[in-house]
Amino acid sequence: MGYEKPLPAPDPETEPFWNGCRDHKLLIQRCGSCGTHRFPPTSYCPTCQSGEVDWVEASGRGRVFSWIVVRHPVPKEVYADDVPYTVAIVTLEEGVRMVGNLVGIDPDRVTADMPVVVRFDNVTDDITLPAFAPAGA
Amino acid sequence: MFNARDKCAIAGVGYTQYSKKSGRTVRSLASEACLKAIEDAGLDVADVDGFVSFNFNDSVPAIAVATELGVPEAGYAVDFLAGGNAANLIVLNAVAAIQSGLAKTVVCYRAMNGRSGFRLGGGRQMAAHGITQFTAPFGWITYPQAMAMWCRRHMIEYGTTNEQLGSIAVTMRNNAALNERAMQRQPISIDDYFNSRQIVDPFRMLDICLESDGACAVVVTSAEHARDLKQKPVYVGGGAYGGGPQQGEDLFDAIRWPDHSHNYSKYIAKDLWASAGVGPEDVDLALIYDCFTYSIVMQLEGFGFCKEGEGGPLAASGAIARDGDIPVNPHGGLLSEAYIHGFNHVVEAVEQLRGQSGPRQIKDAEIALTTAGAMTCGSAMVLHS
Repeated sequence: MGYEKPLPAPDPETEPFWNGCRDHKLLIQRCGSCGTHRFPPTSYCPTCQSGEVDWVEASGRGRVFSWIVVRHPVPKEVYADDVPYTVAIVTLEEGVRMVGNLVGIDPDRVTADMPVVVRFDNVTDDITLPAFAPAGA
Repeated sequence: MFNARDKCAIAGVGYTQYSKKSGRTVRSLASEACLKAIEDAGLDVADVDGFVSFNFNDSVPAIAVATELGVPEAGYAVDFLAGGNAANLIVLNAVAAIQSGLAKTVVCYRAMNGRSGFRLGGGRQMAAHGITQFTAPFGWITYPQAMAMWCRRHMIEYGTTNEQLGSIAVTMRNNAALNERAMQRQPISIDDYFNSRQIVDPFRMLDICLESDGACAVVVTSAEHARDLKQKPVYVGGGAYGGGPQQGEDLFDAIRWPDHSHNYSKYIAKDLWASAGVGPEDVDLALIYDCFTYSIVMQLEGFGFCKEGEGGPLAASGAIARDGDIPVNPHGGLLSEAYIHGFNHVVEAVEQLRGQSGPRQIKDAEIALTTAGAMTCGSAMVLHS
């Protein structure tokens, strides 16, 4: 059986990020003019409106900003074997937020501000998804 | 800021049966609600020259209703591609059209087969394009899953509890028990709340609104015209639409939103109250967009009924019950009446302000707040008799 969950469809703005994930590197944008980090990727800097962009490797460390525990699978046939699973918004050290699954921890033990580090999950030949695990685990 | 205080009024309301399976086309539902609203105002279809609606690619365009009803000159037919955030915006847009001369009498409606047809709470397509590529691949797909992330932030910041959320679910159901058109009228207890299925922490089934087939509509016209019509006019005293910075790339995305422990209401409250010349202390009842129990908490705070962080305790104190200081959703809300994407709140406000709400009538109701939206963007109005 193939991979049935939603897969990212990289576009000209996001391709560097997904290529980075495939190399197990967490890349985010940094404004070439004012130096502000940003994610998700965009063409223009919301701080200074510059179109100059550098891609830089993030440390991969962050903290849990918010999280949910999915117990009822939707679509049912796709996620039935995964529940309960945890989705978190993580604030990276660079100041941007990123969504990912929290792995390597019991969903009931997740706490706010918990330090996490990135992990990479090669879900298909082309796509690697970032995930986060408790730091030091 | 909205500068048309009391220039326009709602002159008629209409609605279909709210059900799980209408067995009808969405256009048929829309036309029934619009026709009833026109008749309620004492008007004929020939008196109407505008239709405004909003949809999520799940409804019919305004011209379809005008066509079915045979409106001779539907010069102003506008559709917003939007979520519940537009459920008050469409009335404000009608006011703007009337004030600018683009239309004279406008029917606003929302129609959907939200249970038997396209289910807003359901999944999305499996190829994640655009901003969705940073959310859906992680199994973050449905609106309950989106809103649970916001609720968690409020719990982290302010200690909001499931007990408090449960009390909101119970209050809404008690209200619906007095509402003959409500889909869920069987009273529930806090135990029923805690025993309801965990869907996505911190939400249980009873934190989540209904899914409904149905339609509702209102007729908006100039205040002067409304005073000559059949029903007591309900004036649009004030209004606001918008949100804060970094609202996101679609309705789901809010990754860059400043903090999910507050929502759009915090950003539009000042303009709303200033435009109406009243404040939260003047309101006799509030129709607050309750796609989830939690969204009431955030809006009680944002619109100034209490300080930030006090929405949970306020809701649990009994203050939002029918006999409380600020009765909220006497029809049972989206949680227990029906989910017509928030537009049923406007219908309820109008009937309450006319004194036509029967056993659930809030005594001496003269000023109502109506709100629409739960996340980064929303609309609200002050209506009064």
